[in-house]
Amino acid sequence: MIWVAWKMLIGNRAKYLGIIFGVVFASLLIAQQSSIFCGLMSLTVSQILDVPGASIWVMDENVQFVDDIKPLADTELFRVKGVPGVGWAVRLYKGIARARLEEGMYEQMILLGLDDATLVGAPEHVVMGSIADLRKPDGVIIDEAGYKRIWPGEAYQLGRVFEMNDHRAVIVGITKARKTFQSFPIIYTRYSQAVRFAPPERKVLSFVLANPKDGLTPEEVGLRIEAETGLQALSRQEFLWKTIRYYLEKTGIPVNFGITVLLGFFVGTAIAGQTFYLFTVENIRQFGALKAMGTSNRTILLMVLSQALHVGVIGYGVGIGLAAAFGWWSGQTTRLSFFMPWQILALTGAAVFLIVLAASVLSIRKVFVLDPAVVFRG
Amino acid sequence: MSDQSVQPSTPENTLAVRVRGVKKAFGKGDATTLALRGIDLDVPYGELLMLIGPSGCGKTTLVSIVAGTLEPTEGDVHVLGHDLLAMSNRRIVRFRRENVGFIFQAFNLLPALTAVENAAVPLLIAGWRRKHAVEVAADFLEKLGLGDRLTNLPSELSGGQQQRVAIARALVHEPRLLVCDEPTSALDAANGHVTMELIQNVAVQANRAVIVVTHDSRIYSFADRIAAMEDGHIQRVQHGGTFDENVPHPKDG
Ligand SMILES: Nc1ncnc2c1ncn2[C@@H]1O[C@H](COP(=O)(O)OP(=O)(O)O)[C@@H](O)[C@H]1O
Ligand SMILES: [Mg+2]
Repeated sequence: MIWVAWKMLIGNRAKYLGIIFGVVFASLLIAQQSSIFCGLMSLTVSQILDVPGASIWVMDENVQFVDDIKPLADTELFRVKGVPGVGWAVRLYKGIARARLEEGMYEQMILLGLDDATLVGAPEHVVMGSIADLRKPDGVIIDEAGYKRIWPGEAYQLGRVFEMNDHRAVIVGITKARKTFQSFPIIYTRYSQAVRFAPPERKVLSFVLANPKDGLTPEEVGLRIEAETGLQALSRQEFLWKTIRYYLEKTGIPVNFGITVLLGFFVGTAIAGQTFYLFTVENIRQFGALKAMGTSNRTILLMVLSQALHVGVIGYGVGIGLAAAFGWWSGQTTRLSFFMPWQILALTGAAVFLIVLAASVLSIRKVFVLDPAVVFRG
Repeated sequence: MSDQSVQPSTPENTLAVRVRGVKKAFGKGDATTLALRGIDLDVPYGELLMLIGPSGCGKTTLVSIVAGTLEPTEGDVHVLGHDLLAMSNRRIVRFRRENVGFIFQAFNLLPALTAVENAAVPLLIAGWRRKHAVEVAADFLEKLGLGDRLTNLPSELSGGQQQRVAIARALVHEPRLLVCDEPTSALDAANGHVTMELIQNVAVQANRAVIVVTHDSRIYSFADRIAAMEDGHIQRVQHGGTFDENVPHPKDG
C-alpha cells in the first residue's frame, strides 16, 4: 500500500512538486544561511587558527576576542616564562599596519610578528619561498589572497618590495591563509621587524604564546599563569570559543541569520504543509474508498507518513545539493565564506523532518476521523 | 403487511443479510434526522436485491450499515453470519476487507493508478504482493472485456469503462457481499444496461448476495427482489424482475 501511496502522491504532479518545493526552499535556506553563518564565525577565528604551534594564548585580562588587542608590557613575557609548568613562551605581535606600494598606493595589512628565534606561529602551507627566509633582512611572507589583492592578475614573484612605516619589506614567501573578517592581506614577519613596521606605540606586545611542560594540559597551566600574573591565559580552544561567543553575543549577526533560518523553516512548513494538506483533502474520497474497502487506520498512517517521508527525502537532498552548489560557486567567485560541517546537515535534516511531520499531522487527522461512509455520498 | 418481513421461514444459514429493527439518527437534539425508522430486511445468498425509493429516504444509510461502514443507532445487523454490532472497530475493518465489495456511484477509482492497478487494490489491501495482485486483476478485467485497457489511467477511460474497472475492483477478492450504490446513475442507458448485465452475470453467485441501490427504473428488470423505501421505512418488497409502480402503498403505522 506504500506503493499505492507514492503513486497517489506522484500522480498529482502539481501538488507533488509544490510540496517538494516547500521542503527544498526550507532546507536550502536553512543549510545555506547556517553555512554562511558558520563561515562567518570561522572567519572570526581564522587568525587564531593561522597561528599554529602554541597551545596557550596569554593576553590582557580584558581582551574579549582575537582582534581586541590590548598591548602588554614587554616584561610580561618573562613573568609568563617564570610560571611553573610553562615549557616555553614567546612573543607575538598582531596589529594593523599601512603599506605603501611601489605604485604609491596604500593598503591596510594584518601584521603578525613572530618570535625572532623560534618563529613560533609561522604559517603551515607555504606556496612559494620558505619560512626560514623570514630571517633574511626585511623578509616578509604574504598570503595568497593578499598578494592577488595587491597585484591582481600578476604571477607570484618573490623579491617584490613595499614599504611599511618607512621600512622596506621584501616578499620572501607566499602562503595559504584562511579568509579573515577584514579580508586584509596578512603579513608574517619577525617580531623585531614587525615592531618597526607598526606605528610607534608605548607598549607593543600583543600576545604571549606558550606551551605547557610535558604531561600538563594547556587549561591547567593557563590557570596557573592567570593566578601568578593576573593576565588572561586561554587554551587555543578556549580562545576560539571566547572569540565566537563574543561575536554571538555582542553583534547582530546571529540574530539576523537566526531570523532567516526561522523564516525558511516556517515558510517551508507553510508551503509544504499547506500543499500536503490540500493534497490530502483533494484525495479524501480516495482515502475514504480505501478505508471503506478495509484499509486499517494503521495502514493509512503508514501511507501518509511514507508520502511525507518521500517528499522529505527528495526535498532535503535537492535543498542540500543546491546549498552545496551555492557554496562551491561562492567559493569560486566571491570572498564569501561558506562552511557546511556535518552538524548543519543534521540540523537541516531535523528541520525537514519536523516540517514533513507537521505537514502530515493535519492530513493524518483529517483521514483518521474520515467516516468511510462518505464514499457513498454524492 | 405480510410482504414487509421477508420469508420468515428461511433458515439462518441461507441468509447473507439479516437486519432487524434498525434505526439510525443523525445529529443531536433539535437537529436530529431520523434516517432509518425501524428496518427489517433479509437477503438470502444467491440473490440480487434492489433498494429503491425517492432521494433522501435512507437507501444509502441502510446499505452503509449493512456494509459495515456505518453504525446503526439501534437494532440488530447480521451479515454473513457476523453480528456487526458486537464487533470491534478493528474487526469490522477486517470484515469489510475480506467480505465486502463496493461499487460507488462516483466510481471512486484512484486517478493515479492504471485500470489494472485500481482493480488490484483490494488484493493489495489484503497484503498480496503487487505482481501477483496485478496478474489476478488483469485476468478479471479481461473477463469484463477490458483486456486492452489495462494500463490506461481512469481519466483515459469512458464512464462505462471506469465502472467496469470498479466492478472488477469490487469482485477481484471474491467477497460474499457486493454493495452497489447507484451504479448506473452516472452512465447513459446503454452503459447502465451493460453494467447491470455484468453485475448479474459475474457478481451474482450462489454463495454471494448483491444489494443494488438505485432509482433508475430502467434497470429494475435485473432484480430478483425489489425493496421500496420511503421516509426511513421499507414500504414493501416485491418479487420478480419488474416493479409495478401502481401497487398502492400501505399506510404508515
Ligand atoms: N452524515 C449525515 N449527517 C446528517 N444527515 C444525514 C447524513 N447522511 C444522511 N443524512 C440524512 O439522512 C437521510 C437519508 O439519507 P440517505 O440515506 O443518503 O438517502 P438516499 O440515499 O435514499 O438518498 C436524509 O435526510 C439525509 O439528509
Ligand atoms: Mg443515496
